[in-house]
Amino acid sequence: MAALLPTATPTRGPQDRRRYPSRPVWMGVPSKPIQAAKVVTIAFIVLVMLYPFVYVIAMSFASREAAASGGLFPTSFSLDAYRSILGGDVVTRAMLVSIGITAVGTTLSMIFTTTLAYGLMRTRDVPGAKFVLVLVLCTMLFGAGIIPNYLLVRSLGMLDSYWSLIIPGLISAFNMVVVRNFFMGLPSELLESARLDGASDLRIFTQIVLPLSKAVLAVIALFYAVGYWNAFFNAMIYLNDTTKWPIQVVLNQYVVQGSALTSIQAPDQPPPPGQTLQMAVIVVATIPILLLYPFAQRYFTKGVLTGAIKG
Amino acid sequence: MAVNARTSASDRPGGVVETAGAGVLGGKDARPAGSTGGRDGNPGGPRGGGPGRARGRDARGRATTWTRMKRERATYLFIVPGLLFFLIFAYLPLAGNVVAFQDYSPYWGIGGSEWVGLENFAAMFNDPQFMRALTNTLVISFLQIVFAFPAPILLALLLNSLISERIKRVVQSIVYLPHFISWVIVIAIWQQVLGGAGPVAELFSAIGIDGVNIMSDPDTFKALVVSQVIWKDIGWGTIIFFAAITSIPNELYEAAAVDGAGSMRRTWHVTLPGLVPVITLLLILTIGNVLTVGFEQLLLQQPAVGSAAAEVLDTFVYYRGIAGGDWGLSTAAGLFKGVIGTILVIAANKFAKRLGTEGLF
Repeated sequence: MAALLPTATPTRGPQDRRRYPSRPVWMGVPSKPIQAAKVVTIAFIVLVMLYPFVYVIAMSFASREAAASGGLFPTSFSLDAYRSILGGDVVTRAMLVSIGITAVGTTLSMIFTTTLAYGLMRTRDVPGAKFVLVLVLCTMLFGAGIIPNYLLVRSLGMLDSYWSLIIPGLISAFNMVVVRNFFMGLPSELLESARLDGASDLRIFTQIVLPLSKAVLAVIALFYAVGYWNAFFNAMIYLNDTTKWPIQVVLNQYVVQGSALTSIQAPDQPPPPGQTLQMAVIVVATIPILLLYPFAQRYFTKGVLTGAIKG
Repeated sequence: MAVNARTSASDRPGGVVETAGAGVLGGKDARPAGSTGGRDGNPGGPRGGGPGRARGRDARGRATTWTRMKRERATYLFIVPGLLFFLIFAYLPLAGNVVAFQDYSPYWGIGGSEWVGLENFAAMFNDPQFMRALTNTLVISFLQIVFAFPAPILLALLLNSLISERIKRVVQSIVYLPHFISWVIVIAIWQQVLGGAGPVAELFSAIGIDGVNIMSDPDTFKALVVSQVIWKDIGWGTIIFFAAITSIPNELYEAAAVDGAGSMRRTWHVTLPGLVPVITLLLILTIGNVLTVGFEQLLLQQPAVGSAAAEVLDTFVYYRGIAGGDWGLSTAAGLFKGVIGTILVIAANKFAKRLGTEGLF
């Protein structure tokens, strides 16, 4: 991220040397009311962004008494809600399903995206490649619509199959373009000479192109992984069998739409308050994203830019 | 578009200049000039043509398409799986839109269902629910263009005016976060905070207003939808504006300051003009999506606020089609949306080009 921020100008304002280490002389110091307004605005934005997360996380740990008394923040804590939902089989199974879909989906998406990107690199040498590229790019301009996609998935017999959550979105045209652009930025002499030395395409791809592209592959894998983890609508329409639901659908059912929570609790324990249980489900569904976030934030910003230039 | 070609070209190993300039559609190829036209410099030599060099060539000594295809047969193995994917999952459903012209029944399938011409479209425009969905969609889109679209620009300007790099980075990390969270989680979190049992309702009842549930109030729902969009994506939206701001040379600001421009005037006369290409580009995308308003976002909340406030085109298609079984009419609505959307993108792009910006494609 640092590379994107304005570089500090070496000139310094004489009187503000300590407080504003990089303020250029010409910039001038804003008046006190303006500074105050900025501080207040930023504090407000940070509060609005963070408070919901903090509140939900805190309340998921609230003890029975704290949950009952309400307030902006709980006062005493317990792990009952987590014990209850992780002891029941609905949430744990949904988490496993989501993890499985994300892992398998991301792997397959990466394989198909990178191979297509490699195949479409040399549009000049390979007759037809240009045409295929245009076909792929055009898909970014329109979508077929909800019903035709549904009818297709149904006629392929993928309803109630986990494949319905992976295959229809296997390759994102946007991601493919980002990867292809990266591949094309690799030193072409390297690929040419490998070719002259008789290396096969498969070898050039796996031993030269992929290892040199780790940065962009990380970005795209994160894009796909977050996408698979967050996917909701496809699972909702393609999976009728509730035992196959991923975590997002379970979350919708029991938290957003407020179905009775009895079925997601561990059977043998006294149930914690409903609200605490709901918060715990939210937290469990969010944790993988929060774990990925530090990497994601760094890489995604770069990835977006790489894509945006070509977009 | 050339936003920050510099920034990211330098991110890439080898950041090759000639590729950085190649557009996506109809772009020049990035191959070095030596190998153009598949002449002698072509690297495929050792693998394909082999001894029969003269044979596989046309009158001008160029490899024929067939020879080149044979030589590159390994490359096709890379292309075919992806090509099949796009043909089956992007183009085949496109053809599936013929259902819009049928009295489709799943039992008879596309081949056996009766053709009804434009009947579905006529029924659609006479359907008050469709018209309401269309109105809601347009109203929400309009509100988003007015409020949600400029929000990240303002935030980017605000953050850019800060001197401390550390504060900037911390604020950015915080505001990007909601972008990575699914709509289901966002709505769930908002319900906990703003719903009838949350702390906000409690605050209201502390000042004597009972029974406040912002999440299920149809009257304020559209404002809620726009607020949610701003909350989720304001940070993400700043990234691209930030990058554009960064690429504005510091000398311009300095010169403006020397000429006596204060910070407001510098923002107005230096920063904003520097942002115009990006803003245009994103507006094109936004206008192209004017009939698409947060499908999952609305679908999730419709049970709470009712369809009068929360029915948009996509939810209409879902409820009528997949949930209700009125396949022909719902496909017609989806097709209507898709066609208008594509026309809008192309028109907005043409318009942007006429204004002198690069456009999207």
